[in-house]
Amino acid sequence: MRHDITLVVNGVTRRVSVPARRLLSDCLRHDLGLTGTHVGCEHGVCGCCTVLLDGEPVRSCLTFAVTVDGRRITTVEGLAGPDGLSPVQRAFAECHGLQCGFCTPGFLCTVTALLEENPSPTDEEIVDGISGNLCRCTGYQNIVKSVHRAAELIEEEESR
Amino acid sequence: MKPAPFVYHAPRDLDEAMAVLAEAGAHGKVLAGGQSLIPLLNMRLAAPEQLVDINRVAALEPFGIEGAGVRVGALARHSQVERSAEVARAQPLLRQALKLVAHPVIRNRGTVVGSLVHADPAAELPAVLALLEGTVRLARVDVERDVPASEFFTGPLESALEAGELAVSAYFPALPERAGTAFVEVARRHGDYALAGVAALVRLDDDLRVATAKVACVGVGPVPMVADVSEECERRPASTVDWAGVARAVQDGTEPEADIHATAEYRRHLVGVLAVRALTEAARNAA
Repeated sequence: MRHDITLVVNGVTRRVSVPARRLLSDCLRHDLGLTGTHVGCEHGVCGCCTVLLDGEPVRSCLTFAVTVDGRRITTVEGLAGPDGLSPVQRAFAECHGLQCGFCTPGFLCTVTALLEENPSPTDEEIVDGISGNLCRCTGYQNIVKSVHRAAELIEEEESR
Repeated sequence: MKPAPFVYHAPRDLDEAMAVLAEAGAHGKVLAGGQSLIPLLNMRLAAPEQLVDINRVAALEPFGIEGAGVRVGALARHSQVERSAEVARAQPLLRQALKLVAHPVIRNRGTVVGSLVHADPAAELPAVLALLEGTVRLARVDVERDVPASEFFTGPLESALEAGELAVSAYFPALPERAGTAFVEVARRHGDYALAGVAALVRLDDDLRVATAKVACVGVGPVPMVADVSEECERRPASTVDWAGVARAVQDGTEPEADIHATAEYRRHLVGVLAVRALTEAARNAA
C-alpha cells in the first residue's frame, strides 16, 4: 500500500506517493531526485544522511517519510542562497573541511543548525556538536576550523 | 538494508492509538522517535507486521513538573528534556544522563520513554529510572497501570510492556533536599554505548555526612544494576569514606559479561572506578 504525502523540501511543496517503509533518505534521493543527501551506514552511525527537519538536524535514514508528512525539510541542496554558497559551505571550501566529500552534506546540515543554536561555539562544543558525523578523510581538524570560520562569516554577514 | 514491508497506522489521538494497538496485539510495534527501532528494522533484526506511529498523538508530547517529580510524555524528545531548565532544577540527573545518550542529532528524534521501553542494559535512561525508583505508565483501552522501575526492566531489551499496551509516560521523582547526583561512563568513542557506566545519588545529613548513597550501573548486567551502599559509607563525610570498600561492594552486585568490546574483568574494574567517581561527584553536588 502506498501513502500520499506532502513534504516542503527546500521551500518547495512536493507531493509524493511512497510505501510506508520508505526511509526519508530514500524518498529524497529516489522519489525526489535530491541525491545530495548521502546514505552511508543506514543505521544512524555515520551521519551522512543528516537533513534539517523544521530546522533541526535529524538522521533521514532513521526517519520514515510517512512520519514527517507535512513537515519542512532542508537538504544540502537548500543551504545555498540566491547569492551563492552559504557561509558554512564557503568556510568548508576555504578551510579544506572536506576531501572526498561523501560525508560533507551531513556535516553541512549539522553545522548549519549548530551555529544557529550557538553562534560562537568553543572547540569543545564543536567537537560535541559534530560527534555524530564520521569523516574518514580530514581527521576532523579542518572541519573544526571550518566551523569557527563559518561562525566568523555569519557574524560578518549579519553585521553588514 | 531496507525495512521489511509492514502495515502502517498513524493514529491521531490516544483513543485511536489504543484501539489500533489492541487490534494489532502481538503483531504491533510502536514507533516513536525510531532511533533504536529503525536501525533494527533496517538491519532486519526486527520485522513487525504492523507499525503504530504515535508521532501525531499530541497528547503524548508534554513533559514537565508533576507533584514531586518530572513526568515525561512518550513523545518528549531527549533534546527537549535535556534543554529544560525546570526539569534540570527538579532532577539534575536527567540532564546529566541525557548528555551521554548517543549524539545530539540522535537526541533530536529519540524519546526518553522510547529508551526506557527499548530497555538496553547499556543505555543511560533505564539506569536513571532504576536509581530514582521512578515508574512507567502503561495503558491499554480503558486500563492504566504504573509499573515501578524494579519490575519494569525484566531482561536485556525486555520490559514489562505487554502486547497491546502503550507506554504513555514515565515519572522520575525529584531530587530530595541536600542530595546530589552524577552520571559517569566509559565508552570507546563519545556517543557510543558505554562499556560501563554508573549513575549515583548521594544524600547528606545536616552535618554533611553521607546519609544515603546509591548507584545504578549500566553495561554490567542484564538490567540496570542498583546497589545501596549507604552502609558502606558508615555515615562519614565524603572525604573520609572508605571508597575502595564501597567500590568492592558495588562490584559484588554486578554480573558483567565479556563481548568483543571488553572482557568481563575489565568491565568489573571499570564499574568500581566509575562508582567512586560518580559517588564523590554526587556528594560534591549535594554539599
